[in-house]
This record gives sequence, C-alpha cells and structure tokens, in this order.
Amino acid sequence: MMTTTLEREPAPKPQIDLKGPHLSAGRRLRNRLATVFMIGSLLVAAIPLAFVVIVVVSKGISVISADWFTKDIPDVASSTLATKFGATDVAPVIYGMAPAIVGTLLTTGLATLLAVPLGILGAVYLNEYGREKRFARMLRFFTDVMIGVPSVIMGVFLYAVWVVPRGVDGRSAVAGGLALACLMLPIVVRSTEEMLRLVPDHLREASFALGARTSRTTMTVVLPAALPGITSGCMLAIARAAGETAPLLLTIGSTRFLNARLSGVNTALSTQIFSNVTQPGGEPLAWGAALTLIALVLIFTLLARFVSSRFALQQS
Amino acid sequence: MTVSTTTTPQTNELAPTLRGGRRARADTGFQWMSLGAAVLVLAIRLGIVISMVSGAWPAFSKMGLSYFTENKIDQVNAVYGSQAYIYGTIVVSFIAVLFAVPVSIGIALFVTEVAPQRLKWWITTIMDLLASVPSVVFGLWGFLILRPHLNDIYNWIHDHVKSIPILKTVFGPSGGGNSFMTAGLIVALMITPIITSITREVFATVPRNDKDGALALGATRWEMIRGVVLPHSSGGITGAVMLGLGRAMGETIAIALVIGANPQIVANVFATGEAMPSVIVRNLPESSGDFQAALIGLGVVLMALTVVVNVAARLIVNRIERARGA
Repeated sequence: MMTTTLEREPAPKPQIDLKGPHLSAGRRLRNRLATVFMIGSLLVAAIPLAFVVIVVVSKGISVISADWFTKDIPDVASSTLATKFGATDVAPVIYGMAPAIVGTLLTTGLATLLAVPLGILGAVYLNEYGREKRFARMLRFFTDVMIGVPSVIMGVFLYAVWVVPRGVDGRSAVAGGLALACLMLPIVVRSTEEMLRLVPDHLREASFALGARTSRTTMTVVLPAALPGITSGCMLAIARAAGETAPLLLTIGSTRFLNARLSGVNTALSTQIFSNVTQPGGEPLAWGAALTLIALVLIFTLLARFVSSRFALQQS
Repeated sequence: MTVSTTTTPQTNELAPTLRGGRRARADTGFQWMSLGAAVLVLAIRLGIVISMVSGAWPAFSKMGLSYFTENKIDQVNAVYGSQAYIYGTIVVSFIAVLFAVPVSIGIALFVTEVAPQRLKWWITTIMDLLASVPSVVFGLWGFLILRPHLNDIYNWIHDHVKSIPILKTVFGPSGGGNSFMTAGLIVALMITPIITSITREVFATVPRNDKDGALALGATRWEMIRGVVLPHSSGGITGAVMLGLGRAMGETIAIALVIGANPQIVANVFATGEAMPSVIVRNLPESSGDFQAALIGLGVVLMALTVVVNVAARLIVNRIERARGA
C-alpha cells in the first residue's frame, strides 16, 4: 500500500465529451465546481507552505556566515537591553550557532547509534523468527501504537527516569539522545520490517538449500537485499529525530557555549529556535537556526528518497 | 500504514536444523540476540507507561477523580486539575482536522484523478518534503509572521458577526492573535501533507475498471468520484483522519508558541487557551513535587488519548483491508 502508487501503467484515457449538448447545465456546473474545489484546496495548502519555506530562507540567509558555524551563541538579550538603555559601547553581536549544530549532531548521532542496531535486530526477529507468533504480533501492535505517541511523551519519560534522579547534572546530550532514540525505535522497527518482508522467499529458500542456517541466511542474503530500503527508512527516522524539539527541551537544558561532550548541559538547533523566538533580539538567531535545521533535515530526506528510488526493492 | 496480513509459510521451517557444531551454536546465539532485541523494544514501551504512571501517582492519588473535574493547575491553592488543558487539546485538534481534511481530500483527488503524470510527481514530491519540515519552524513562522495578520482577520470577523447570537460567542473578541484558532490553523497546515499522502494511497487502490465503468455510463468526473472513488475509500479516509487527529493532539512546540498559555474553558475560538503538550513542555523543567506529578499526569492522559485514537485508526484500517481481501 505504501509504494504501489508510484508507478502505474499509463492506461489509455477514455475519451468522453463532457462538453456535449446532452450534459445538463446542473451536472456540468457541479463537475466544474468539484474541479475548482480540488485546485483551490491545492492552492490553499501550497501557498502558506511555500511561504513558510521562502520566509525562512530569506530571513535566515542574512545571518549565516562563516562565523555561524564556528562561534558560540551570542548573548543577544543583554546586548539588546544595553542598547535600549542607551549604552554606547556595546560590542557588535556576532551571530554564531556552533554549539547548537554540534548538540544536534551529537544527540541525533547517539540516538542513531542506539536505535538503529536495536531496531534492525528487532525487525529481524519479527520477520525472520517471530512471523505470526503471538509475541511477534503483540510486539508489532505495540510498535504501531507507539509510532503515534507524541514525541513530548518521550521527553517526559526521560525527564522522569533520567533527569530527575540525577538532579542538576541530569540534563545532557545523553538524556537527549536517549529520548530521540525512544522516538526513532518504533519507526526503525516498522520500516525495516516492511523492507524485510519485500525480500522474496525464494532467495531464502535458495540459501537454505545450500545448507545455510537462518542466521547466515539473514546476514548474507536477506539483509543485503533489503539494505537500501532499510537505509532509507533509517534516514527518514534520523531526519524526524533531528527536527524534534519537545523531547530535547525537557532533557538537554540550555547553554550558549560549545559542549562536545556527552555529559553536561547542551543545546540543539530546534531548542535554540524555540527559546530565541521570545527572547529580545533573538529573532535573527531563530531564523538562522531554522534555516540550518531545515537544510539538515532536507539533506537526510532527499538522500533517503534517492536511495529508496534508486536501489531499494519495490513492492510490485 | 500497511498492516501485517502476510500468509507466507514460515520459511524457517525449511531452514536446515542440523544439530551440533560451532555454527549451530552461532545460529542459536543469533536467534537469541534478535529475540533479546525484540524483548528490549517491548520493555522500553512498558517502561515508558510504568514510569509515567508512577511519576504521576502523587497527583492522581491526592486529587482522585477531581483531577479530571478541576479546571486547571493552581499551585498556590494546591489544586491540580486537567480539564482546561484537555479542552484546549481537543479544540485545537478539532479545528486542525476540520480545516485539514477537506483540503487534503481535495489535493489527493486532484493528484489521482486530474493532474497529468508530470505535475503529479512534482506535487507528491514537494508535499512529502514539506511533511519533513520540523514543527518548531512552523511555530516560528506562525508566531512572528502569521499571528499579527490573523489578529486583524479575527477582529474583522468578530465585528461582522457581533449581532448574530451563537456566532458572536464562538467568534468572540480576539485575544491579540494568540488563540485556539491560530494554533489550530498552524497544526492544520502541518498535518495536511500527512493526511494527503495517506488519502492519495487510498484513492490509488480504487480499481481502474470501476472508474472506467462509471465514465462509460456517462458519468462526469465528479459523478464518478462521488459514486466510485469516495464510497470505495471511505474507510481508508477515516483511518487517515484518525492518524491526522493523533498527530494534531500530540503537536507540542507550534502550539506552545501561539496558544497564549492561559488555561481556560471558553467557547470563543479567538481567545487564548492552553493545551496538554504545551503546558508540559513549558513548565516541566522548573517544576517539582505535586506540580511535577500533575504535569506528568497530563502526559499520561495525553498518551492514553493518542493511543485510543491510534488503536481506533488501526482497527478501522485493518477491518477495511480484511473486507477487501475477502
């Protein structure tokens, strides 16, 4: 159902003369109205969505320079206030976002390292061992339900079991990475299982006939065949995790300085957008961070699409 | 959205089961490892539920049922209620679904029934890419760009319906742009690409023969859509709407920025309000004691609501697939 729509034999279009004199005015009008509604709804959705992207690009591009990727985040609130109260010796603000870029990469990277191997192994169990067993069906059902659980819940979960017991030291890239991993896990399990299911059974049977056991068959036949599809699914999960704000807001804290370690408070692009929106003088930082984040997410999404359309097994 | 209804034989019955030797042990090891991963995946699920319920327990046990009858969290008087937050979440997701569903169905119909092949590819690709834009970016745009314009529109609407009995309450005075309506509209924009892509897949499963048959009988395109495409897809559309609703209820950041952080139960959609996810994300980091438990409790309620919606969606989709398969 996911991919069946992509390719379809171009069937010959039935030629019907809708403008014929036999068509009553009412029917013609209703048909016309329906078409107008369809095109109208496309415009209603497309215009604001396109507008979002255009505004982010035009406002964000002016902030981004070489400093953006190397400097710490400036204290815009105090320089704005100082200027407001007549201070003349305020140093010009240098816009930098390096700590947040590092933080996003760190948390997303950690989440990927945790969720992807575990998710793939879980999917291997579901499709190669469990199949229709009771436990497998239960796991599948819970995974489906879990995909729909809001991301903020993962943040609350990690906050309750990780941040609260550790007190002030609890907020760190580790906590953020764990929250994102919880979020990615069901997506990875589900998309990998879909891909494993697309591997034709005769490949497995051929391998069994050569005397290979299930483990060897899985490692040398099934997984390599499904690899592009699995890669693409994982990349989509990474893109989703990188853009998440709510779980990180609760788990990594906030800082303006670079912290490349897993421990200690950290920051991320998404949380910087959220906190700078309402901060005096923070708007340029928010737009710049939004552009950086969209670019990052878009790269992963486009890579995923490219890999899946080019190399992955397609459902026939 | 595919549901597991495979009927393939268990291939591992064919797998060689020769006993003994290092390789057999490696095979057993691999099986246990994958089973272990599956158990761990499930354990994390259960861990989330258990830890959240236990974190919320102080608030639940202290307030009892009044957790659901009290209006809002009042730290000064140590009253912890959830009604206003639940109300906010429901109103915002209802507005979002109300706007997003017709638009999504319109786009999906345009893509499957009207658009030429080339345009179809462009629309679906761009829609899929837009679905990946992080929600905080929508929140940023809504807060800084859209909100001021919406305030003018709200005032204009309110001025024009002032004398009509029910409408003057629903479209009441604007609260400065932050409102249930603003949050609902932004969430609608975010869930439109998601609902569109599912409905498009549902429409694509309508048999070509049925459509051609209707056209051959002289139906116009709209009559064909109404008589063939929509009845055939009604279940799938319901599933898509439910999944969209689940997404809308869990949306956090965009709502947190534009809803106004003012928990209240009012019929006026232009008034400020508060929703469950946004109150959690705004207050949890600085909270402690019973207040913290009450916020985690809101998380439990939110999780329960979304699980109910998602399970319902899945059951509907399952039933449709089974009916179609038979």
